[in-house]
Amino acid sequence: MIGVNLEIARTHLLAKKRQTLVAMMGVTFGIGMYLLMISFMNGFNEYLEDTLLSSTPDIHIYNDIKTDYSHSILDQVSDTSRMLNIVHHPKPKDITPNIHNPKQIVSDIKTFDNILAVSPQLSSQVFYNNGPVQIPGTLNGVNIMEEAKLTNLQDKMKTGAIEDLMKVDNGILLGHGLATKLNASVGDLVTLASPQGTSMSFRVVGTFQFGIGSLDNIRSYVSLKNVQQLLGKDNQYVTDINIKMKDYTKAKQLAAVFARKYGYKSEDWQVANASAMVSITIRNMMTIVISFTLLVVAGFGIYNIMNMTIQNKLKDIAILKAEGFAGSDIIQIFLFQSLTIGLFGALLGLILGYAMSYGVYNLPFPKNEFMSITHFPVTFHVRHYVFGVVFGMLTTLIAGLMPSLKAGKIDPVAILRG
Amino acid sequence: METVLRAKKVNKYFYEPEEFHVLKDISFEVRRGEFLSLIGKSGCGKSTLLYLLSTMDTDYKGEIEINGTKLTGQKQKQLAAFRNEHIGFVFQFHFLLPEFSALKNVMLPAEKLNKYSKSEIKDRAYEKLRMLDMQDYAMKQSSKLSGGQAQRVAIARALINDPTIIMGDEPTGNLDTANTQIVFDILKDLATNKGQTIIAVTHDPEFAQKSDRIIEMKDGEIIKQ
Ligand SMILES: Nc1ncnc2c1ncn2[C@@H]1O[C@H](COP(=O)(O)OP(=O)(O)OP(=O)(O)O)[C@@H](O)[C@H]1O
Ligand SMILES: [Mg+2]
Repeated sequence: MIGVNLEIARTHLLAKKRQTLVAMMGVTFGIGMYLLMISFMNGFNEYLEDTLLSSTPDIHIYNDIKTDYSHSILDQVSDTSRMLNIVHHPKPKDITPNIHNPKQIVSDIKTFDNILAVSPQLSSQVFYNNGPVQIPGTLNGVNIMEEAKLTNLQDKMKTGAIEDLMKVDNGILLGHGLATKLNASVGDLVTLASPQGTSMSFRVVGTFQFGIGSLDNIRSYVSLKNVQQLLGKDNQYVTDINIKMKDYTKAKQLAAVFARKYGYKSEDWQVANASAMVSITIRNMMTIVISFTLLVVAGFGIYNIMNMTIQNKLKDIAILKAEGFAGSDIIQIFLFQSLTIGLFGALLGLILGYAMSYGVYNLPFPKNEFMSITHFPVTFHVRHYVFGVVFGMLTTLIAGLMPSLKAGKIDPVAILRG
Repeated sequence: METVLRAKKVNKYFYEPEEFHVLKDISFEVRRGEFLSLIGKSGCGKSTLLYLLSTMDTDYKGEIEINGTKLTGQKQKQLAAFRNEHIGFVFQFHFLLPEFSALKNVMLPAEKLNKYSKSEIKDRAYEKLRMLDMQDYAMKQSSKLSGGQAQRVAIARALINDPTIIMGDEPTGNLDTANTQIVFDILKDLATNKGQTIIAVTHDPEFAQKSDRIIEMKDGEIIKQ
């Protein structure tokens, strides 16, 4: 019985090929653009998150120097209820920015679940000497193998290899931008000066590029021991502990736990990249809004065309009803038409969306020395395509349902009377 | 002969543009195999009555019963199924589905009924077309048939499910004398030999005269039966 209804629906569709095609193209365009949007936005977000995540530890523990000057030692010797103690320009005294007992903390952190790597670091502001020019930057003293687990540094190397940092005495890994400024390549010697005035020479064993200019232009890695030497500190002196987790989405809770347990500032990657996270959220919102609009517009197209079709087919509907087709049969006939338009439109939309995404993916990214991408970031996730078809079908179902229900209720007598 | 259709005190009103009592206390019976003509002046309510009998119009008072089934008060869905099986309807203006071939137009009600296989339906449809001498046009798209040809296809379509009652609203109104004669003979044959009941609205006195019985209406009332 459904067979007849399908056959009638098919005949209707084929009898007005152009109209059918136009309606289909509306859906095709909607789904295609949706796919392009979501693939591109998603690709861009993933690229950003990726670079952010690899350059920022999931959790960063450090000693946040307190500058609370609301109380003075004078308060203890004078009666503050009768007079006011005013201290001009107070400065901290005897405060060191390091973390006490780093070895203990590191081994304690390693007992937690979900921890992939823990890298204690000593970082310091330094000047890179290039002849008479001094370039400011930061020097990170690390255990390079732990650090590699955090940042995937081995994948970011432009020249040299990270293992050489352990093989070569006083080796250094330079950011790509920094190396260019210093005109230094593997094998060259560079001299660094600490804020205290001490200086040391290092041999370049490699250069790396994170794809973030503000990092690649200032950062370099040496062994932890070397920085301790440069700064004249003991081998327990560490300023930061960076942590990488197996599941970085859990960083927020764990950061809070560490803060309470060790009494140091403990910051998760989302906080560290708050502004970037906001822009990702906004981009996601925009993508959803625009995609939704595209699909709804396609739905309106179908609604319109189905309404028109039914208006042109009033007589046929009346005849079918006179022949004994029930209202539900009429609904089926027209619903099947809109679903066919939706299904084929959506499938063509997948092809269009894929083709456009692929085209964008192959576009060379405008040359940019700060970003390490050569083409536009585009993702190809099956779930986006499945969602596109499902949502496209859903829109056409809803758009087709209203006119079809109306067609089912048409009174044949009123039309047959003419 | 048994009674196949019974109308009891059927009343109908139109409310637009003003209240109008279009059918007044219509009561009559039709026997199986009877060929009935419904006549009367234009506007007396013949078509209106026929739509009620065909179960398409359910907005009336009184009672209608066909083939022992009381149809008054039944749901649309059941009425549609009943119509499909028991009633064949011929309109004055042929009313075929334009996208389909003549054959397919005849087949559709049978496919809806779903009693026979597809090939049987096709054979039966050809047989009905042959009765009306339309077999040569079976594959022709129905929108390309002439008025008279289309009307004959429409009659074939009304016969496809071997309905208990065949209703026609001026079924020969568009045909020339020769074709009117052919159609009349076919209907007459169905009534006498197959026991199918015919109710035809007509303005053709000759057509009415040759049928078994005449019901005459005037201003919504039966004045002679
Ligand atoms: N939908 C309607 N609303 C209001 N009045 C209607 C409607 N349909 C028909 N009428 C009126 O009901 C009366 C009966 O109409 P009907 O079509 O049954 O006449 P008829 O006997 O078939 O006439 P004809 O021989 O010209 O076909 C007419 O006066 C007509 O104007
Ligand atoms: Mg009439």
